[in-house]
Amino acid sequence: MILLTRKAEFSASHYYWNEAWSAEENERVFGKCANKNGHGHNYTLEVTVAGEVDVTSGFVVDLKQLKDVMEREVVGVYDHRHLNKEVPEFSGAIPTTENIAIAVWKRLDGKIPGAKLHRVRVYEMPDLFADYYGEP
Amino acid sequence: MRAYFSRRYRLSASHRLNSDVFSEDENRAVYGKCNNPHGHGHNYVIEVTVGGPVSAETGMVCDMVELDACVRKEVVDRFDHTNLNLDPLFQDQVPTTENLCMEVYRLLAAAFDKAEVVRVRVEETSNNSFEYPVNPLFLAGR
Repeated sequence: MILLTRKAEFSASHYYWNEAWSAEENERVFGKCANKNGHGHNYTLEVTVAGEVDVTSGFVVDLKQLKDVMEREVVGVYDHRHLNKEVPEFSGAIPTTENIAIAVWKRLDGKIPGAKLHRVRVYEMPDLFADYYGEP
Repeated sequence: MRAYFSRRYRLSASHRLNSDVFSEDENRAVYGKCNNPHGHGHNYVIEVTVGGPVSAETGMVCDMVELDACVRKEVVDRFDHTNLNLDPLFQDQVPTTENLCMEVYRLLAAAFDKAEVVRVRVEETSNNSFEYPVNPLFLAGR
């Protein structure tokens, strides 16, 4: 078993807001992130897959295929978008870093030829990131 | 669904690696430059990972502001711009970054009750880092 990680970047805007709460409650819990005009980040996505090294190719996964899946399923959907308004999974879930990691997992799981998804890590900025390992 | 949230913090401190059980020569042999009697310093990076269910209400594992406040109070304010050898935690053990990493974990695991502290990684320089505890989930082979 070996792990392989590929990075990608996307830039997107978002805000944090729970419709079930009052404006005061949202501002108290989410602070600056509750500004409904939104704000943005340069996100870094790290996708780690696990598998066995193919004896013929020497690959655990074809990096081009992994890159294409990440581009098609995630980067192409999230990049230069407003996550709350333009990405369907965030109409019902606040686009926190944790929820983005879970959403990316759901978008990629089962779609990577020959390898198993091991971890999705999403950096909102270099000092803040969320990890999801597919745990219930 | 259980997810993990990590934040990185910085602190600068000095230390000297020297063990009472070794002779002067042995200390020099074991610790090399790090045994310099006058000490030396590092810009440490403390990476704290907490785990827990993602709240359906907030979309978060815990409130980052509360984690920041706890790490500042328990770790950054305690160690930043200090000599680690003088801290009570390092009276009976050498302030290697292994020991610093384990002590930071113990301080935070005891003080933070909003989510489970699952890992502390300490970078002593950009070329070396230490992490504790070892969680099988973060290793290969799940």
